[in-house]
Amino acid sequence: MSEYNDKIREISQRLLKECQVDMVIGFRKGSMPMMNEPCFIKNAKDAAQLVWDSNCGINLANYLTNRTEKIGIIAKGCDSRNIVTHIIENKISREQLVIIGVPCQGMIDKHKTTSMFAGDIQDVTEDGGKIKITVNGQVNELDKADVLQKNCAVCTHRNPVIYDEMVADPVEEQNVDRYEDVRQIEAMNPEEKWNYFEELLSPCIRCYACKNACPLCYCPTCFVDESKPQWVGKGQDPTDVRTFHFLRAFHCGGRCTDCGACERACPVGINMRVFTKKLEKDSFEQFGWEAGLTLDERPPLDTYRPDDPDEFIK
Amino acid sequence: MTFVKIDKKQWAQGLATLQKSYRLFGPSKEKDYYNYKALDVGEQPDFGFSNTRLSPKAILFPQSETIIEFSLDENAADHHIMKSIETDSSPRAILGIRPCDAKAVRLVNLNFDTPEYQDPYWVKALDATTFVGLACDDPKSTCFCTSTGCGPYNEEGLDLLLIEEDAQYLAKVLTDKGRAFAEAAGWNTATDGEADIDARKATAEAKITASVSMENLKNQDLMDLHGASFWEDIAFACINCGTCTFTCPTCWCFDLQDEVHGKTGKRMKNWDSCMFPLFTLHTTGHNPRGTKTQRLRQRFMHKLKYFVDKYDTGIMCVGCGRCVSQCPVNIDIRRVCDLMNNYKTDEAACTVQD
Ligand code: SF4
Ligand code: SF4
Ligand code: SF4
Ligand code: SF4
Repeated sequence: MSEYNDKIREISQRLLKECQVDMVIGFRKGSMPMMNEPCFIKNAKDAAQLVWDSNCGINLANYLTNRTEKIGIIAKGCDSRNIVTHIIENKISREQLVIIGVPCQGMIDKHKTTSMFAGDIQDVTEDGGKIKITVNGQVNELDKADVLQKNCAVCTHRNPVIYDEMVADPVEEQNVDRYEDVRQIEAMNPEEKWNYFEELLSPCIRCYACKNACPLCYCPTCFVDESKPQWVGKGQDPTDVRTFHFLRAFHCGGRCTDCGACERACPVGINMRVFTKKLEKDSFEQFGWEAGLTLDERPPLDTYRPDDPDEFIK
Repeated sequence: MTFVKIDKKQWAQGLATLQKSYRLFGPSKEKDYYNYKALDVGEQPDFGFSNTRLSPKAILFPQSETIIEFSLDENAADHHIMKSIETDSSPRAILGIRPCDAKAVRLVNLNFDTPEYQDPYWVKALDATTFVGLACDDPKSTCFCTSTGCGPYNEEGLDLLLIEEDAQYLAKVLTDKGRAFAEAAGWNTATDGEADIDARKATAEAKITASVSMENLKNQDLMDLHGASFWEDIAFACINCGTCTFTCPTCWCFDLQDEVHGKTGKRMKNWDSCMFPLFTLHTTGHNPRGTKTQRLRQRFMHKLKYFVDKYDTGIMCVGCGRCVSQCPVNIDIRRVCDLMNNYKTDEAACTVQD
């Protein structure tokens, strides 16, 4: 995907030079393998710092919340859907944005890749569908498909849904079963579910990287920080840890695009996406809704329609 | 007896003996990474790690620790009286603590044990702990301990230093606590190891290529650094999570919280982080560090300037690399430290040009 670099730089430079935007939000090369750093560029001459490759998994829509400038923003499929959600929810206006769309072919799962090798990863490069990983001076070649982030492997909106500029022709969308993992959990009996969630969340240190990496989590004061009343304890009691995760997931119901930023950010590798994904599946199955595809419709939990499903009311 | 040879065949037996008088903690593999845990009887520490995901500071300074209990039941004689809890101060040992993490304990101690104030929970835990270090022969690319006044064979804060060889561990006895520990284990085969260690130490140190420069930090003007032009750029990506401070072995901040259930209550110490908006929120609603740039600046200024000025023992970072490799958005303290160290105000830059 690094072939997009030239085009991204060219567009950004032009937008800045022509004063169409005050800044461009994108990525610059990170100091570690598999890491790029979100950044803003204000001078056309700095546009050369912008990079694009399979290590741009952070969702840049997160950086738009309540900004007042005119902004050019690089957006892969999921970012673009969160930009739509941000616009609908009045976190930024469409007129402020020049969206530079990037057809995406998936991001590398840094946790998974790191755990595949005993040694320290020194370098990761990509060439089409192949990833070359240097460990202790030795180069290992892997298929990108084997190290894709889990959400990217089942992504069905790789092309930006909203854009003003495009850096390349659209990529082919995948035809995949998105919800196999959710069905597996749905099929568990209550005790199995209990144990599964207990184990899933036991390493959580409540650093909140998951919620803070999420573009949807923009409340001025998150419920976990409220003190009057205090909704949830601040210690490591498992009930409090679960309350945080369950409530956060419900707050994202009908809004989550499964961009995977939360899971990617977690320092202890928790797949908290299983919660948001269950709600995403429910939104799809009950309301035919996929978040962030259109500016013309409010999310289902935002609106009432007489024909809303009501089988759960007994 | 400065060096003791521990045949790997005697290792398990020694640990089993030790478990009669010590609680043992050691690295253990959890899914994809290593962390320290309390070892069960007969359980071996797993030394196949380079660095653990979380630092071992939680063994002395738990993420969440109940320190006081109280009753709100007015029928109880001692209602509304805060009663401190006896925390467990029985002897314990951390097996395989890395030299960086051991030095970090010394840095945290500067804050928790001062002539004026002693944090009783920390001091008790520290007294009870024997630090059995494991020299680092395969440092990671994110390690920069050699430039922070530490190093892969650094002995500061350790009672024993283990050096792993094929069939044995070479243990360097550094303190009386360390000697007592080795004796309790029945490890008493004295040997000579200095020459071996020096060579291995040099090899390990040479493998560390990352570094930070800090020679100017002390002389930099505090307000100049505070007002430096680079903070906005560095802070842009930051999502204000607790990853860097929670995983850092030198971060010491905590919050006090009361929790009441029915008529009984407890007071807890919970880790806190200067990256969280709540950290400085006043009851008036005013927040003196109301923006993420201010919060990020606090973290780096504390570690790389305030601490340097206050204690004059270098920076509040041992170079373990945890925040570097785990920050979700790649904010790299090595880069920030260099920026701060080399910072020149615009005026200063002009004077130089003249
Ligand atoms: S990022 Fe991970 S450790 Fe941090 S709060 Fe979320 S799930 Fe817990
Ligand atoms: S520097 Fe990184 S780890 Fe620390 S709060 Fe910011 S985003 Fe989180
Ligand atoms: S600041 Fe970062 S590198 Fe330094 S001791 Fe803390 S976690 Fe380790
Ligand atoms: S103020 Fe921040 S950087 Fe300093 S010890 Fe506390 S949490 Fe760590």
